Amino acid sequence: MRPEWKDFVGGKWENEVNVRDFIQRNYHPYDGDESFLAAPTQNTKDLWNMVLDLQKKEREAGGVLDMDTKVVSTITSHGPGYLDKSKETIVGFQTDAPFKRSLQPYGGIRMAEKACSDNGYEVDPEISEFFSTHRKTHNAGCFDAYNQEMRACRSSHIITGLPDAYGRGRIIGDYRRVALYGIDYLIQDKQAQKDSTGRVMTDEVIRLREELSEQMIALKMMKEMAASYGCDISKPATNVKEAIQATYFGYLCAVKEQNGAAMSLGRTSTFIDCYAERDLANGTFTEEQIQEFVDHFIMKLRCIKFARTPEYNQIFAGDPVWVTESLGGVGVDGRHMVTKTSFRYLHTLTNLGPSPEPNLTVLWSTRLPENWKRYCAKMSIQTSSIQYENDDLMRVTHGDDYGIACCVSSMVIGKEMQFFGARANVAKCLLYALNGGVDEVTKKQVGPKYRPVTGDVLDYDDVWSKFMDMLEWQADVYVNTLNIIHYMHDKYCYERAEMALHDRDVKRYFATGVAGLSIVADSLSAIKYAKVEVVRDEDGVIVDFKTTGEFPKYGNDDDRVDSIAQEVVHRFMTAIRRHHTYREGIPTTSILTITSNVTYGKATGNTPDGRKKGQPFAPGANPMHGRDTHGAVASLSSVSKLPFKDAQDGISNTFTIIPGALGKEDQVFAGDLELDLNK
Amino acid sequence: MQGRIHSLESFGTVDGPGTRFVVFVQGCPMRCAYCHNPDTWPMDGGTLMEPEEIFEQYRRNQPFYKTGGITVTGGEPLMQVDFLIDLFTIAKKENVHTCIDTSGIAYKPQNTEWIKKLDRLMSLTDLVMLDIKHIDPQKHQELTSQPNDGILAFASYLNEKQVDMWIRHVVVPGITDDDKYLFELGYFIGQFNNLKAIDVLPYHTMGETKYEKLGITYKLAGVPAMDKEKVVAKKQVILDGIKKRRSEA
Repeated sequence: MRPEWKDFVGGKWENEVNVRDFIQRNYHPYDGDESFLAAPTQNTKDLWNMVLDLQKKEREAGGVLDMDTKVVSTITSHGPGYLDKSKETIVGFQTDAPFKRSLQPYGGIRMAEKACSDNGYEVDPEISEFFSTHRKTHNAGCFDAYNQEMRACRSSHIITGLPDAYGRGRIIGDYRRVALYGIDYLIQDKQAQKDSTGRVMTDEVIRLREELSEQMIALKMMKEMAASYGCDISKPATNVKEAIQATYFGYLCAVKEQNGAAMSLGRTSTFIDCYAERDLANGTFTEEQIQEFVDHFIMKLRCIKFARTPEYNQIFAGDPVWVTESLGGVGVDGRHMVTKTSFRYLHTLTNLGPSPEPNLTVLWSTRLPENWKRYCAKMSIQTSSIQYENDDLMRVTHGDDYGIACCVSSMVIGKEMQFFGARANVAKCLLYALNGGVDEVTKKQVGPKYRPVTGDVLDYDDVWSKFMDMLEWQADVYVNTLNIIHYMHDKYCYERAEMALHDRDVKRYFATGVAGLSIVADSLSAIKYAKVEVVRDEDGVIVDFKTTGEFPKYGNDDDRVDSIAQEVVHRFMTAIRRHHTYREGIPTTSILTITSNVTYGKATGNTPDGRKKGQPFAPGANPMHGRDTHGAVASLSSVSKLPFKDAQDGISNTFTIIPGALGKEDQVFAGDLELDLNK
Repeated sequence: MQGRIHSLESFGTVDGPGTRFVVFVQGCPMRCAYCHNPDTWPMDGGTLMEPEEIFEQYRRNQPFYKTGGITVTGGEPLMQVDFLIDLFTIAKKENVHTCIDTSGIAYKPQNTEWIKKLDRLMSLTDLVMLDIKHIDPQKHQELTSQPNDGILAFASYLNEKQVDMWIRHVVVPGITDDDKYLFELGYFIGQFNNLKAIDVLPYHTMGETKYEKLGITYKLAGVPAMDKEKVVAKKQVILDGIKKRRSEA
């Protein structure tokens, strides 16, 4: 066994890249409570105050503190950057200074230029010229290949948020590999992969060989970048500090080269805990020191920034990075995977205060230990900063070493990836079905000239059949647009750093998404159970509805309408599956617009459920605002009926509740008195 | 027997132990000045529902209620005893924890027919949360437009029947926060050994908008919400009353 691995339990992982095997043989499930956790050190407090100060200055400067306009960002483009070198235990920024946003033109030069100009900066003209004339970008490639229909759908927002001008993101490198194996071994492994490709030079083999070469270049650059910080990551990490540092460097390389829509971290806490436990046992570090490393790591993740335009920030409601880290869950052997370091990660919300990033995501199972459940609930109530995902549901598909990209997209770390596909506005599609493909806002013929609805009262069977036809069309144009996007992204903006930390043969999910599900369900329910009269404008386009009578609304555990929502998801997915997908991607869909629901609402006319033109959609798979009148369980039950097999990329529900409504508060409420009385 | 139902809440966390399915019945004879559900007052509103139809909604989401159960509140549940008997008969058959949240106003000891039914209902009830608005008869009348003698007698009845009881009390600044009466309240309930908990609730003003919508004058307009911190001390006063009574026993 290598000296760096001393005291670890050996296994398959010693002779092949297999982080899961390492974790399973070496992690210690922790059943205790949070009482062991350490407070922040003085250095942590000092550093965090510096970050808070930078955040303040950034806000005062209008949202951006500094931007690089001259140096195209690569793994090694920038020298080291620090907050205070003497105090940082975990180091590394995207550029040579904290809060300085990097220049990433490979996704699209115009987007990069606009991100600068909107914030008062100007990209070096030589770089603009280079990426307009000599080096094509992903964005330019997409528009070279789009057809008229795709452009029209894009403009009318029936398909929307497409990653054709920015990085698609959603790919999680197995950053833990850097820590466990060191770069030299990983390069060796990649070379062996390259040597193992087929000898007949088909398009696929040529592409694979070129990509593997790119990956090896990225790995070499990682080593070089780490060395500039005085760290040697060519060999395996020898302790928990080095393990965290190496894992972070892996991630840092990804965000130096990709300005992706979601740049998630994976599932690192239980891996890191194997080192922490070893170091505690050997007396290498104290609890306080280990918490400090974790605090500094999380602090770095909170400082990840990208150059983005105001329009982009509007779609995503802010400036999110989606540094999602998945915590907990249960292993396939039945042992839960909560460790002390899972607690340490959540404890950063106490030591550094609440924060939306990194997006700490608890993989929830009914079989998690009680102390962990309680601690999560407590931290949720205190900080509103925790996301929950159903591990019992996803473990069946992905096993016990998957992570979440963005908010809900599940994938096995280092073995699966996804092509992010934004989403189709199905509410708008329903309106197209009524109007024979004419857009209700622009009045342009965007979709096919199918027969529009005639008559003044909508008939359910007629509308359903027309909607299904239009949905087929929407799926067709949507999937084919995405085929172009991912082809061009691979060609002009390839994620070499992330893919270097994947196996050779990855499973690719071809992700699609749905927006407006609850509107469609309620609209169809209104048509079926109430009376919906249409209002046409002078051009004969249906622009409004008069709905009389009661109808069941999605979000009340009422099968009459919930079954409509289920069927729409199933039919949408069936339509998607009919199409050819790029690189044999496995089609999936998600129902998850957590932030863009506001923007999509703006682009969509009046709908039969009573929603007015421009009003926001409900987020994700949520019922429409205020229509779930039977309380949270009924509301969640409606959502939980949506079929995971037809929405494997995830179903999200945003849930807000005042702490008081969760029961006991201030020791005043129910049932806490029995002890006193029995005295 | 059908129930007259105001609404159903699938995620009740403050109406009894655990997470509960809560049935709000329609109709209440009380007119408590601080009532936050005035829309449940009229006896003739609501929707008529079968007990089985209601319980089916409980069953659908049963896993959520593992440590909870079903609570009937309102409105005044004891105005609909026949319905409650039917609903709780189903619940007890399936081993579900049953709870009634009541003001006790409907308690009529002289009506032997009704008491027979109540006996039956209590044999199906695991917990009664009795909301005593005020211990003083005069002040109770002013606050709720009803006397409190029956309500206090109901507490004795529950003790006789040995049905677990929680006492709830809403603390309204300047109206129900007088330590003298809180102590008296504690002293009164201290005699009952079926008392399992007290639930002291700070008055809040969230109900006020409902009054505006219903066009009813809100008697407590201008009264501020109760400071939650202070409620802890108020609860202690009630506890002191209980302890006094028990030390005398």
